Amino acid sequence: MIDKVMVLGSGGLKIGQAGEFDYSGSQALKALKEEGVETILVNPNIATVQTTKEMADRLYLQPVDASTVERILEKERPDGLLLGFGGQTALNVGVELHDSGVLKRYGVEVLGTPVDSIKDTEDRERFVNRLNEIGVRTARSRACSDTASAVEAASEIGYPVMVRVAFALGGLGSGICHNKRELELLVKKAFTIAPQVLVEEYLKGWKEVEYEVVRDAKGNCITVCNMENLDPMGIHTGESIVIAPSQTLSNREYHLLREVALRTVDHLGIVGECNIQYALSPDSMDYRVIEVNARLSRSSALASKATGYPLAYIAARLALGRTLEEIPNKVTGTTVAFFEPSLDYVVVKVPRWDLERFRGIEKEIGSQMKSVGEVMAIGRGFEEALQKALRMIGTGMHGLVLNRLEFDDIEYELSHPTPRRIFAAGEALRRGFTVDRVHELTGIDRWFIYGLRNIVRMESELPSLSSNMDEDILRRAKKLGFSDFQIAKASGIDMDEIRKMRKELGILPFVKQIDTLAAEYPAETNYLYLTYNAGENDIEPRAGAVMMLGSGSYRIGSSVEFDWCCVTGVQTLQKEGYRTIMVNCNPETVSTDYDICDRLYFEELTFERVMDIYEFEYPEGVVVSMGGQISNNLAPRLHRMGVRILGTSAEDIDRAEDRNKFSSLLDRLGIDQPDWIEARSLEEAARFAEKAGYPVMIRPSYVLSGAAMAVVFDRNTLESYLTRATEVDPANPVVVSKFIEDAKEIEFDAVAKDGEILVYSIGEHVENAGVHSGDATVVIPPQRLYVETIRRLKQASRAIARELNITGPFNIQYLAKENRLKVIECNLRASRTFPFASKVLRKNFIELAVRAMVAGDVSPVEGSSIDLDRVGVKAAQFSFSRLKGADPTMGVAMASTGEVGCIGTDMESTLLSALRSVGFRMKKRTALISTGPLSRKPEWLPVVRALREMGYELHATSGTARFMRMNGIETETLRWPNEKGKPNCLDHILEGRIGLVINIPKNNQEDELSNDYLIRRAAVDSNVPLLTDLKLAQRVISALRSNDLDDLPIPEWDEV
Amino acid sequence: MTTSNGDTPGYLELQDGSIFRGKLFGSRESTDGEVVFNTGMVGYVESLTDPSYRGQILTFTYPLIGNYGVCDRELFESGNVQVKGAVVSSLSEQCSHWEAVSSLDEFLGNEGITGIEGVDTRALTKHLRQKGTMLGRIVREDDDIGPFNVEDPSLKDLVSEVSPDKVRVTKGEGPRIALIDCGAKRSIERSLLERGCSVINVPYDHPFTDLEYDGVLISNGPGDPMMCRKTIANVKRLMEMDDPPPMAGICLGNQIMALAAGGSTYKLPFGHRSQNQPCKDLVTGRCVITSQNHGYAVETSSLPDGWREWYRNLNDSTVEGIRHETLPFMAVQFHPEASPGPTDASGFFDTFLEVVSNDR
Repeated sequence: MIDKVMVLGSGGLKIGQAGEFDYSGSQALKALKEEGVETILVNPNIATVQTTKEMADRLYLQPVDASTVERILEKERPDGLLLGFGGQTALNVGVELHDSGVLKRYGVEVLGTPVDSIKDTEDRERFVNRLNEIGVRTARSRACSDTASAVEAASEIGYPVMVRVAFALGGLGSGICHNKRELELLVKKAFTIAPQVLVEEYLKGWKEVEYEVVRDAKGNCITVCNMENLDPMGIHTGESIVIAPSQTLSNREYHLLREVALRTVDHLGIVGECNIQYALSPDSMDYRVIEVNARLSRSSALASKATGYPLAYIAARLALGRTLEEIPNKVTGTTVAFFEPSLDYVVVKVPRWDLERFRGIEKEIGSQMKSVGEVMAIGRGFEEALQKALRMIGTGMHGLVLNRLEFDDIEYELSHPTPRRIFAAGEALRRGFTVDRVHELTGIDRWFIYGLRNIVRMESELPSLSSNMDEDILRRAKKLGFSDFQIAKASGIDMDEIRKMRKELGILPFVKQIDTLAAEYPAETNYLYLTYNAGENDIEPRAGAVMMLGSGSYRIGSSVEFDWCCVTGVQTLQKEGYRTIMVNCNPETVSTDYDICDRLYFEELTFERVMDIYEFEYPEGVVVSMGGQISNNLAPRLHRMGVRILGTSAEDIDRAEDRNKFSSLLDRLGIDQPDWIEARSLEEAARFAEKAGYPVMIRPSYVLSGAAMAVVFDRNTLESYLTRATEVDPANPVVVSKFIEDAKEIEFDAVAKDGEILVYSIGEHVENAGVHSGDATVVIPPQRLYVETIRRLKQASRAIARELNITGPFNIQYLAKENRLKVIECNLRASRTFPFASKVLRKNFIELAVRAMVAGDVSPVEGSSIDLDRVGVKAAQFSFSRLKGADPTMGVAMASTGEVGCIGTDMESTLLSALRSVGFRMKKRTALISTGPLSRKPEWLPVVRALREMGYELHATSGTARFMRMNGIETETLRWPNEKGKPNCLDHILEGRIGLVINIPKNNQEDELSNDYLIRRAAVDSNVPLLTDLKLAQRVISALRSNDLDDLPIPEWDEV
Repeated sequence: MTTSNGDTPGYLELQDGSIFRGKLFGSRESTDGEVVFNTGMVGYVESLTDPSYRGQILTFTYPLIGNYGVCDRELFESGNVQVKGAVVSSLSEQCSHWEAVSSLDEFLGNEGITGIEGVDTRALTKHLRQKGTMLGRIVREDDDIGPFNVEDPSLKDLVSEVSPDKVRVTKGEGPRIALIDCGAKRSIERSLLERGCSVINVPYDHPFTDLEYDGVLISNGPGDPMMCRKTIANVKRLMEMDDPPPMAGICLGNQIMALAAGGSTYKLPFGHRSQNQPCKDLVTGRCVITSQNHGYAVETSSLPDGWREWYRNLNDSTVEGIRHETLPFMAVQFHPEASPGPTDASGFFDTFLEVVSNDR
């Protein structure tokens, strides 16, 4: 009998493993609760919905690694373990615990797909053999465990070959090799992270198609959704534009692959959900099975949202032994889960990349995932859905066409895919390329290119609107997914005018339901989208609702934390008696689970679309402060249209957002801020920098390439930055502000009503100012702030809250140096740290914020936010290992993709738990130290001494070694990467002789291919922990003196 | 009337007076029939050429139709387009597929069949679901076609229109199956041939005298099963023989066998026309996803002694298959030959042929 089940989460969001696992884990927990099973969740990702206390009975904010999970198993003794809901991380941990006999020892049963079946899908050789047994074709391939055999396999199969890494998430380390040299390089790196690679035939130009398959323990099996990649083989499915259902497959092809899917999944003995990926020949019925993922995945989250079929929820119930015919179809309420959804719409997924944030990175996309998020658009036409999706990604694009993009070598852009390729394809067609030519250069199926051409052709018709408002053109443009902005830009007519005329002509989008059965059966579904390719609404508006705007695509700087805010906000609104309308477009989220709200609009978070929904539903108000900056930015325009914004007024939001207004407000309140100007020329910027003194920080308004923000230390770098990375002229001013060194940075998160603070949290950064708050290690409550500083923080924050008459959430970032405070930023919305603060303080900031907005009487929360018996530490999760070439340092521009947060009873062990949760694990007690410029070396002496005293074997680069020797610390000197001869520090790292790398960048703007960069990159590529910040290193080394990194406390939520 | 940009505006008019405007494609001439919908996401070529759609105007709920064009006739489900009209949301002007020999628009034009595009097919489907299948006509905007006067195809003997005139034999090594062709989809014959059978296609009213065979399979076909009096009578005669041959039925064949055995059938409010119909084998408990296309069903309570319900629909609990407890008679309401649709139920042919072999 299964009474108690442990679910493993996926940890911090990283490239290849992101928010989709919050969705799947949350669904699993919900299903288990409905089955009356006691649940235990292990997941250090404090920003997620699933780590909200009510979700699981027992919650461990602890690292998901074999040794930690083993200790929790020993303590909790669950009957069953679910491995399929926490991505590759959870799956790998489960397999490891099974193999080491731990599961057997504690009598824990793996529920759902058995471990043997998992291994069949993970070990490439076993996989190929198993599929051969039933005559299912796989790519010609060979599993290799060393470089020599890989080279041999490649010459046998013939170049180019595809190299895949076994047991890796999101295609990590994989790539296409055109010759022996490329192969050797790639394979060498791959063997540092995995014991086996697979050398495969490269199926260039084949279609890539996926099926999501569900099977119960009795062998009943269905495919829930198929999806076709617009980008052919060679581009990872996570990097591809994907459409569901498939568009270019005939019935024979569709059902050939479906039949193979069922046969394969049955043969492998999957119980629950899995994904099967195919390559399909573009000119025959030939196919290859590429892989099977025996777990929930990004694709399954997408498929769930694309069809309305809740895969994770169903998979969890199947894991407990239920059958598909026993489980009702939640959407229709009248049918059962054993059926295959029929779509009467299309969905298009577009990935979101943030590559321009990283220096040195390769911009091309391929077999490895680099995207950090995705969006999904729904429409009743391909063109409509595609243009919606391209707007949703939030990179300033207005659709396929009419964007501010320039292309020099269009053929190169088409044949060397980057995130811009789809736009380049549009541009090529505009320039007169034929569909065939674009097909030849991109490999994209002609059907999709015809669709792109339809959009481009419409663009050329739009200018005629300026002379006469042709209703037919306008209608057709909207059906092809053109926004009012695009139409305005192409026709020269004002955008508001377009909207007005449209409404007069009755050209409005229609609300359609997603009901899983294409209207064949009645369904009371609340899952909605808008389309112009229709003639009637499926539903009527309903009064008494509040509309919540979501956060859109996950990206660096805006992620699952805002989803937690939105979900918590919606739940609070429901408790307060409101009907809720959720608007969001990110398939990886919990907020787009239609069970969460009364009506879900899976839609664009653009002004136009929000107004469309608003004018259909006429809700009582709109909440813009939960979805991060995307929704917050809409406030002024919505307000101008008469939309009721709940909470802080749009005018006051603007007073905080507008730098000039906010600055004079602070002056009036007598609150200090770093000096700044808005420079309109290089000279102006330089003059300011001379006066204020270097270093200064630059924030451009328009970024050409490279990092968005930078700190510069002298005139030379200022000049080179302002010419290389950005434009500066009267139309594109840059903000230049004094950068204060050696200051502490503090997060002040709070909720106010009518200007009075109801609850607050103070978060102290471990790193000094200069590390972006999203990358910093944050501690709540503060451990090393002067009482005086705290008092002043509260006073200043109160004054600001009153002045802006804040109602709802807000966040202020301060610098503190010697008790002097300066405000660096103020946002009148929920911030990244809201879930962390809420969970550490056990005070739900969002609940309070929403009540402050809609409820009459809300009183301040009792209890201290400073004097606590517990401490929370948030650490950033980086994805540098996936971003080939990127420099793994922390600077003023955010680089992390996720975060974790641990709660404990002492600062040091909790810090280590948090770091362990983001992969800080040492294989050896050896450290390589290079501590930057001489002026900073003395600060490092205590750290290095401590390492020595702990018995670490120390290596150092020449300068550091010399300095240490002068101070009585012997280290082994290693040569710099560019020095000839041995021992060289790169070899040491790559050969696994170094357990910890401490490397301090000389400043934030050093040359891209410097020695230090190579050391840091080698550490990341070899999976060796890397410390690049003095303050953090000091805390870590000090913590290691009194704690065993492999035996940290593992408190449950209620135990701290 | 054709507008300057080459469009031919038109509308779909239903029996209850509802109008859905759009533009015509294919032959662009007015047409009429019984309006039905199918929720499959692929397989428009197979559906358009399926004789069971005889006399009907077929609405595709999937909004993008024509993407992969039209393949060679060899792959059709019959020699011709069988529907009287097609209704789609968005017709793909250009197609892209290695098997395509023409676009859907061109093809229907050549075949003399009219379609209408630009229709909110979801709205139309909801309407048909709520009000039930009804008659309708696709009309060119400029056609002065007069009052609504559409002949109900279910009152016609549609089977006689689609059934062949004479016997045709395709030789194989295995058992000889007499296929009573009431408008059989070619994939049924293909399924038998793949399994090595000799297939003897016989007209729907073949008396079965002077015919050598090992088993009988009654095919799918259009319209009301009650119209197939001759076939029902012949089947009844075969069933009542002392040593009756193994017999199987698919779709209309299932209904004919039920009627021949003394059961009854009824018209479903809006039929089952889709590729995602879940059915449960009541003997093994195993569930399969099936392809379906029928407007009539066998009344469960009408099954005579000796017969039992074999398959049941998990959505609406209608009968999806019947089987005799002692005699070698079996039939399914769904399409085990798939095409279009899932192949999960193809084992039906093996089950039947096993019975045939045992009987030989």
